[in-house]
Amino acid sequence: MAKKVALLQGNEACAFGALYAGCSFFGGYPITPSTEVAEVMSKELPKTGGKFIQMEDEIAAMASILGASLTGAKALTATSGPGVSLKQELIGYACIAEIPCVIVNVMRGGPSTGMPTGPSQSDVMQAKWGTHGDHPAIAIAPASCQEIFSETVRAFNLAEKYRMPVQVLLDEINGHMRERIEFPEPGELEVVDREPVTVSPEDYKPFDDSQGDIPPLASFGSEYRYHVTGLNKAADGFPTAKPELVDAEERRQLRKIEANRADIEKNEEYLTDDAEVIVVAYGTISRSARYAVDVLRKEGIKAGLFRPITLWPFPEARMTELANQAKAVVVPEMNLGQLILEIERVTRRVCPIEGIGRVDGEPITPAQIVAKVKEVL
Amino acid sequence: MAFDYEQYLRPGKLPHIWCPGCGHGIVMKGLLRAMDTCGLEKNNTAIVSGIGCASRLPGYVDFNTLHTAHGRAAAFATGIKLAKPEMDVLVVGGDGDGVAIGGNHFIHACRRNIDMTYVLFNNYIYGMTGGQFSPCTPTGAKASTTPYGNPDPVFDISKLAIGAGATFVARTTAFHATQIDKLIAAGLRHKGMSVIEVLDDCPTAYGRRNKFRSVVDMMKQLKEIAVPVKAAAHMTPEQLEGKVLTGILHQEERPEYCEQYQQVIASAQGA
Ligand SMILES: Cc1ncc(C[n+]2csc(CCOP(=O)(O)OP(=O)(O)O)c2C)c(N)n1
Ligand code: SF4
Repeated sequence: MAKKVALLQGNEACAFGALYAGCSFFGGYPITPSTEVAEVMSKELPKTGGKFIQMEDEIAAMASILGASLTGAKALTATSGPGVSLKQELIGYACIAEIPCVIVNVMRGGPSTGMPTGPSQSDVMQAKWGTHGDHPAIAIAPASCQEIFSETVRAFNLAEKYRMPVQVLLDEINGHMRERIEFPEPGELEVVDREPVTVSPEDYKPFDDSQGDIPPLASFGSEYRYHVTGLNKAADGFPTAKPELVDAEERRQLRKIEANRADIEKNEEYLTDDAEVIVVAYGTISRSARYAVDVLRKEGIKAGLFRPITLWPFPEARMTELANQAKAVVVPEMNLGQLILEIERVTRRVCPIEGIGRVDGEPITPAQIVAKVKEVL
Repeated sequence: MAFDYEQYLRPGKLPHIWCPGCGHGIVMKGLLRAMDTCGLEKNNTAIVSGIGCASRLPGYVDFNTLHTAHGRAAAFATGIKLAKPEMDVLVVGGDGDGVAIGGNHFIHACRRNIDMTYVLFNNYIYGMTGGQFSPCTPTGAKASTTPYGNPDPVFDISKLAIGAGATFVARTTAFHATQIDKLIAAGLRHKGMSVIEVLDDCPTAYGRRNKFRSVVDMMKQLKEIAVPVKAAAHMTPEQLEGKVLTGILHQEERPEYCEQYQQVIASAQGA
């Protein structure tokens, strides 16, 4: 039987991806350019018996999905710039309390209200460093509508697997762009469910790492009762200020990502094998970059594209290999230089690294990238 | 027979952090008696708090407990209740937590009439951070950030809850210990959002600064200002000056949020 197809906006594809992944709770607060995610969820979730709630603000929306997740639900919120800023305290709460959830950020420009209908990629560093304190981050930046669907599914999988918040970064262009989508059949994409608790209720400790770095999370309302707090805590979930326990907890949280980079990282490469110049681009701008690479190749310039799909953790190892082989790296992004900082850091600037920054609400064009590559070579 | 509090307390998690003479312990005991009266199941009950001295309560009691961020308890609780309506959900916390930083979540939980019970410990002050004024600090009173006396008007939490749409609102004080459990129990039995405001004392951060010589003085004041609603009906405005009404202040029936949402599900599923 032919697959179901549809012409969907990226934001809509994101919502359908969430449903495919088994999302059963959405808590949100409207903000352009993310609202379609909420609108689709409000229509589709109740059909599956799931719950949609429009909360009084973004902080409440974030709180509601964390409460819902603790009952065992796969939970989603979607927002943009100012909304993500408001959510930061509770994103940190999700990190320390290790509560799975997915946050979609359809990035818009400017600090503050900025440009509500303008695209941007300027929350890349916020996705890593937005909330206070040390913690790992996972952030994914898909490029096409089909990929938004599948990467949203993967975001839920990573959230459940690593017991933490995962951010999906769209930009206004791919959030609102319409493309043909093929709906995967059930079972076609992997769907990861929360690891079941196997110990008896008396022995259950929500942060007991004796079995590994990611202790299973029981659901509120089951026979497991436990305490959750945003304070640093011991294995049983109760607050502690013992230096060795606090240190162990913080380091374990970083380790659970560092040790699993191979599972979390996802990149795409195009004509990088012999490339002398590597264009590093993500999200919508990677499409301009791919086009630019083709143009350059036709002119005999050995260009290649490196597209991180998982932005955090950043693909340090592969990026460094590519920088070592290349004469130059070019980084087009719709901000004034964010991911380029990480590229400079991890590659220790073994070759010239040039950025193209654009914050006027217009996408970076292939011609701009072609011109920059010629300039640096 | 004396009430067995220990069955609800977590072994090894005491002593609590509360100062000698703090009213929070009295409210906690009332809460446990009320939960016992209503037969709440430990596994099926979630107690959610924000940040503050009062908000440390969940750590001591043996239920599903969630100590969240400052002010956000009602919003977390809303997520729990809507995701799993069969659970009994309670929120506990201070006046600063509930109606300053958490004011927006508080009024919207009341408006939705979601079926949870919010026990608000009103000690007129920010205890945990050392005695800064709260929206409930009496005008003119001293706090660490009102060295010249508090210029701000006072929030009446119960009126706020009624105005915002809570369908059960009651008030008592830490002095009226036996009324605490009765009102909380009535709130637990009520279907919809119930708010039980308990005026309580913070000798450490409020009493000292405001010339209460002892905890007994603070308790005496709580006793004196409280006027049961029924008695108030026969009193003149002059007699009621400086008094606080106690008892069930408001009760009505209105569709409950999670039940309303079941209708959304039914329409979406074409029933
Ligand atoms: C976002 C944020 N702002 C401020 C604080 C600091 N803080 C901790 S407790 C508290 C006030 C608590 O007062 P109240 O809710 O009245 O409870 P009490 O301690 O009096 O029981 C404040 C301001 C915080 N933890 N988080
Ligand atoms: S500071 Fe005040 S509210 Fe906090 S425990 Fe001490 S007496 Fe109670």
